[in-house]
Amino acid sequence: MKKEIGTFVLLVVLCVIVSIISPSFLAPANLQNLARLIGMYGIFSIGIGVVIMTGGIDLSVGSIFALLGVLLSIMLTEWRLPGILAVGVVLAVGLGLGLLHGVLITRVRIQPFIVTLCGLLFYRGLARFIASDETKGFGGGGFETLREVATGSLFSIPMPFILLLLVSAVMWVALHRSVYGRYLFAVGRSEEAARYSGVNSRAVVTSAYMLSGLAAGIAGIVFAFYTNSISPSSHGNFYELYGIAAAVLGGCSLRGGEGSVVGIIIGAALLQVLQNLVNLLGIPSSLNFAVMGAVILIGVIGDQIYQRRSAKVRPA
Amino acid sequence: MTLNQPALEMKGISKRFPGVVALDGVDLEVYPGEIVALAGENGAGKSTLMKILGGVYQPDAGRLRIGGQEVIIHSVSDAIGRGIGFIHQELNVLDNLDVAANVFLGREPVWGGPLQLVDRPKLYAQAEAYLRRLGLEVPGRTPLGELSLAQRQMVEIAKALSLDARILIMDEPTSSLTLTETARLLEVVKELRAQGVSVIYISHRLGEIQDLADRVVVLRDGHNAGAIGREEISHDRIVRLMVGRDLDHFFAHPTATGKPRAFEVRDLRTRRYPAQTVSFEVGRGEILGIAGLVGAGRSEVAETIFGVEPALGGTVILEGRTVTIRSPRDAIAHGIYLIPEDRRRTGLILDLAVRENITLPALSRYATAGLLDRGAERRAAEEMCLRLNVKAPSVEALAGNLSGGNQQKVVLAKWLSLDPKVLIFDEPTRGIDVGAKAEIYQLMRHLAESGVAIIMISSDMEEVLGESDRVAVMHEGAVAGVLDREHCSEEAIMRLAVGRREPHEP
Repeated sequence: MKKEIGTFVLLVVLCVIVSIISPSFLAPANLQNLARLIGMYGIFSIGIGVVIMTGGIDLSVGSIFALLGVLLSIMLTEWRLPGILAVGVVLAVGLGLGLLHGVLITRVRIQPFIVTLCGLLFYRGLARFIASDETKGFGGGGFETLREVATGSLFSIPMPFILLLLVSAVMWVALHRSVYGRYLFAVGRSEEAARYSGVNSRAVVTSAYMLSGLAAGIAGIVFAFYTNSISPSSHGNFYELYGIAAAVLGGCSLRGGEGSVVGIIIGAALLQVLQNLVNLLGIPSSLNFAVMGAVILIGVIGDQIYQRRSAKVRPA
Repeated sequence: MTLNQPALEMKGISKRFPGVVALDGVDLEVYPGEIVALAGENGAGKSTLMKILGGVYQPDAGRLRIGGQEVIIHSVSDAIGRGIGFIHQELNVLDNLDVAANVFLGREPVWGGPLQLVDRPKLYAQAEAYLRRLGLEVPGRTPLGELSLAQRQMVEIAKALSLDARILIMDEPTSSLTLTETARLLEVVKELRAQGVSVIYISHRLGEIQDLADRVVVLRDGHNAGAIGREEISHDRIVRLMVGRDLDHFFAHPTATGKPRAFEVRDLRTRRYPAQTVSFEVGRGEILGIAGLVGAGRSEVAETIFGVEPALGGTVILEGRTVTIRSPRDAIAHGIYLIPEDRRRTGLILDLAVRENITLPALSRYATAGLLDRGAERRAAEEMCLRLNVKAPSVEALAGNLSGGNQQKVVLAKWLSLDPKVLIFDEPTRGIDVGAKAEIYQLMRHLAESGVAIIMISSDMEEVLGESDRVAVMHEGAVAGVLDREHCSEEAIMRLAVGRREPHEP
């Protein structure tokens, strides 16, 4: 909880600073665009965050975007499948890949880093092969309903942001109010002790990867329509790292058992505001990653100092 | 045996740890070319004494002479420098390196020059010379991972010899060796004796001691209990010294006669001792103690019954019906619960609240449609804490912040909020203060009286004698015998625990 407050304060301070230096930050168009990006990044960051809460990691999300984006485009423009069916297939593939990761991790006992690293490589290659390394897209028109749901606005709130609110409401209840969530945190804290208490830890861990796959599916559809052109070799590159960064900034510990939905959303928002700041302040965009890396590091160091100090104050 | 100066003299060694006096004025001398066996029950102080000699601990009082010279051993490397070699029960070899690299780790012969490159020909030649002396004919470049356990042990001994060890401590060296390997090791130890090396040999196997030792020194409760010369070494004498005549207590408590059989294990085989089978039964309302030395396979039996470890064979029968247990979830569903030995690792999730720990095994009871009712959870946890007298600021306190006794009560609370049929306690009172201990005993007896079948694994002899209705004694993965109340004494238990079959098994 305290971690989230720290990140939230950092977010507010950044917003205030940016809006003072560059008032165009508060322009409705900018805010709308920001909300759109926060929505998209927030959705898959929650998925990655759930995996991190089990003590695992998911590196495959960016490549899943490429694979699902290519698939979606082919299904809609070449096979002419109905939108609803195409979406169903994309979400099912996302879930299925998560299930595969979960099984490899819990049954075959391969480390999560390795499993999802192989996923990162494999799905990217597969996407490029399926697309014959050509950029895919959805053309200028058509698929209006789907496009509207993925990229439109409702009462001038961008749809991705609304989708994020829906996803996070569901996930908040699941993680913080349900039996499932308690199991997830218990397994993340101590897989062994949870097993000794009768928790089916394999199922819990596997479900986390499935949730991550599903979240990647939802965000992947939004992202595909947002860019409207999917170049299989670069679409979604590095996105898993944004997700991991958002989760860590939001209070997830890579050791597992810690984190919250609200924290992850704040973390995802912070990253997008930073990106926006780089654009608005005219910082060379080549420094983009450097700024992000520096701020994450500062945030984590600040948290360490804070924790060490509060550990000293607390009586033994 | 030479009658000259002792190679090692320890005089009046004392060591206390918070709350325990581990050693109280212990003496030990070893002459050059002598094998001294060090015997004693679990916790008698053997390991502490050897760790002081090996430089792991500093004694609080006492003097130490090596070769007649008074010394203070400050550290492990200090001990090695003074010619003390320590072969631990858990081998300290690196199986990713080859044999020679293990023998000379940290002391590799190097070519001259600033690069300090390893002189490989010399390394292998020297290592192989030591190995040959021990009768281990393998090339120095054999990866250690390809060697058997016994061969790895030889590598450890070679390492000690290459360090010019004159005093060799061997802690349970044969505990994981086969019979032929053991025989070979004993030969090597005798050869070392002939070469003038002093050996301090710790073993629970009295047969080996009889075969090997020139003298047996017995420790009991951190004191010298006595010593036995070569000619007089016998099972009975050692056991009598280990147990002590003055400890012939008699514990009065409810007798368990004619209780219906509630729980039965037949021919259970565990991963640790795949060749042995374990069978026993527990009646409703009975407390079956399981005694044995450390490493006898007691915890493995508990974990196999509870489904943590897969059973390699055998049946578990609960109230007349065979049950299949593949995971702790299955065991819990049948009402079979384990209070594990390591409560901080497997019994509790230390970073979760007391409430969350207590409700974890039956969480769905406090939920409707998968959503938790924290109020109900809280009330149930508070009720359990009150019933078991858990001292915690609130049920929201982190389990890790409680004392050992209260943590153990929280583990118990987890299971008592369900409906136990069989409770397996593994070292129920280890690291728990006296007051909480008494409360846990009372609870255990109370649960038994309410009809629960209880299995209590314990290394605490008083606990075994005081709490059990019957005692099953395990030795190297098998039940060496079951003692009922009249036949149960510390001596009888120890005799079975060190591997002597009882002539009249009940």
